[in-house]
Amino acid sequence: MRKFETVEAVAAPLDMPNVDTDQIIPARFLWRARSDGYGELLFNDIRSETDGSKKPDFVLNRAAYAGAEVLVADRNFGCGSSREHAVWALSDAGLRVVIAPSFGDIFFNNSFKNGFLPIVLPEARCNELRAALARNPGAKLVVDLEAQEVRGPVGVNDGFAIDHFEIDPFRRELLLAGMDDISFTLSQSETIGGFEERYKAAMPWV
Amino acid sequence: MAGTVFDHIWDRHTIMVRPDGAVLLHVGRHLVHDGSRAGFKALAEKGLPVRHPERTFGTPDHYVSTHASTLDAIDAPHRREMVAALTENARDSGVTLFDLGDVRQGIVHVIGPEQGITLPGLLMVCGDSHTATHGALGALAFGIGASEVSHVLATQTLWQSSRPKSMRVTVDGDLGPGVTPKDVILAIIAKISAAGGTGHVIEYAGSTFRNMSMEGRMTVCNMSIEAGARAGMVAPDETTFAYLKGRPYAPQGADWERAVEYWRGLVSAPDAVFDSEVHLDATEIEPMASWGTSPENAGPVSGRIPDPAQAPDAERSGAIERALAYMGLTPGMRIDEIPINRVFIGSCTNSRIEDLRAAADVARGRTVIIPALVVAGSGLVKQQAEAEGLDVVFKAAGFRWGEPGCSMCVGMNGDIVAEGEHCASTSNRNFVGRQGRGARTHLVSPAMAAAAAVTGRITDVRKLMAGEI
Repeated sequence: MRKFETVEAVAAPLDMPNVDTDQIIPARFLWRARSDGYGELLFNDIRSETDGSKKPDFVLNRAAYAGAEVLVADRNFGCGSSREHAVWALSDAGLRVVIAPSFGDIFFNNSFKNGFLPIVLPEARCNELRAALARNPGAKLVVDLEAQEVRGPVGVNDGFAIDHFEIDPFRRELLLAGMDDISFTLSQSETIGGFEERYKAAMPWV
Repeated sequence: MAGTVFDHIWDRHTIMVRPDGAVLLHVGRHLVHDGSRAGFKALAEKGLPVRHPERTFGTPDHYVSTHASTLDAIDAPHRREMVAALTENARDSGVTLFDLGDVRQGIVHVIGPEQGITLPGLLMVCGDSHTATHGALGALAFGIGASEVSHVLATQTLWQSSRPKSMRVTVDGDLGPGVTPKDVILAIIAKISAAGGTGHVIEYAGSTFRNMSMEGRMTVCNMSIEAGARAGMVAPDETTFAYLKGRPYAPQGADWERAVEYWRGLVSAPDAVFDSEVHLDATEIEPMASWGTSPENAGPVSGRIPDPAQAPDAERSGAIERALAYMGLTPGMRIDEIPINRVFIGSCTNSRIEDLRAAADVARGRTVIIPALVVAGSGLVKQQAEAEGLDVVFKAAGFRWGEPGCSMCVGMNGDIVAEGEHCASTSNRNFVGRQGRGARTHLVSPAMAAAAAVTGRITDVRKLMAGEI
């Protein structure tokens, strides 16, 4: 897993609430191997026509948002199915961060396992950011995990603010180090073994 | 017991809490399916064994054919590979598998309770968002992603960053004729929204759930995720114990007595405080149908599709407008005038024996006028239904009687709804493209789905059964 370093990149606004993981990556693609790559399939059915041509009005198809690494979304982003492929698709398409007022819980958890950062900011600020990014296509945001700050939009005089965000310390540590949690868990083997013995004694039927 | 049932199970499964607040939880039992390939692969890549194969149980469901329960019947090589990979992974790791050809095979959330794998007081996970289903038996059960699946396989544990909040949804009163658990959960989601439960574990309480069968409770808990909740649960009671007694993986003999004694204590304390409380009156709930592209877009069958112009804000108005454009419906239209082109009865929400009985009661002596498919949730449910003659009822009415699996709920096995078609479906999600690209899903109960099959539109099953239609 690659380390999460400060992102300064184009941010794209996605003006839809309840973007479910079926929309992020339709179910018919989930049999593909992780190594096949999912970036081209991101938002496939809302981004492309049935003949495969790109819909010109979809935000990520617009030239000004090319190279976007940040998505600013609306409430309940990533709700629905537990498919981790949704994070893979976003990540493979070059995105590193999604900012939204709220997230589907499983999507939120899956993100961290892939070096991908979901950030919760207040609904009003998300609305403001999306509006500013729509008025200034191609404007950038700075996402600084070390400082837990989102700064921007930068380079345009419109809607700038420095927003602090919360993140669980363990997750922050793992993202900054580019590590997954399994090595740490395995290092706790003795504690786990002791727990299992007590658990089995209390609930022998499991 | 102090606190809530959720608190108790969470604490009982807490192995350690890091100084920064991260919690390591033990996983009592773990379920896998044919979509879990990536989880096994990640484990193999790290060279790690499965720590407790006896605590993981699997069955193929997402990719299996509904025409025959064999590998050969799966029409596409990529789907066959997913199912074959599960067989291989289970064999190599020693995980218990209910494979194709075994009458116990079925949808993972149907077979967990059916086999007695799901038990009160257990923390359970599965790489599928509808794992909340198992909460119906008083387990704390939630969905996880592929990376977490590999973590559970390797360590039988899971990290959680913080304790979820608690919500109690209390529903009191008797359900009217033709009103089912599916209508209850659709009414709850319509009330609290698709994000209303985000970050929460819901406990369903009140006389409506106390008087509900296990199958009904499973339908309700199953859709907790559609309200955004991490999990949903019902405190175990005599209904739960009667359901579980004698099931293959439930405790037996002296263990059974000891387990039941423990389970009886799994009730939230009268003074337990929930972070939020929601109340509904069961007598006010009607048969429901969804009209949009989020499970929160549902209303009573006697109602009308909302007008975006009357939405409380621009964002909501835009969401309704986009949903109606996708669904090809107009504001103000009567819900019972929505045309239906196809019917699907099945899924982890509504494929259990009671669901099939309810649908068969409506189908009996009537004839479908559109393509309609019934898929039992497991080989054992199918066997039971056939012993009761329900298959004969369905087939006589013109339904296709399929082999167990997830089928048209998610279309991953090729059972899809054509572009532009309206499907009355007993599944759980009406998302854009969920049942196939351009498919328009209307979430309903099994009885309502059967009614739509014989009329070709969303139909108030109460009127149909009363002979008014």
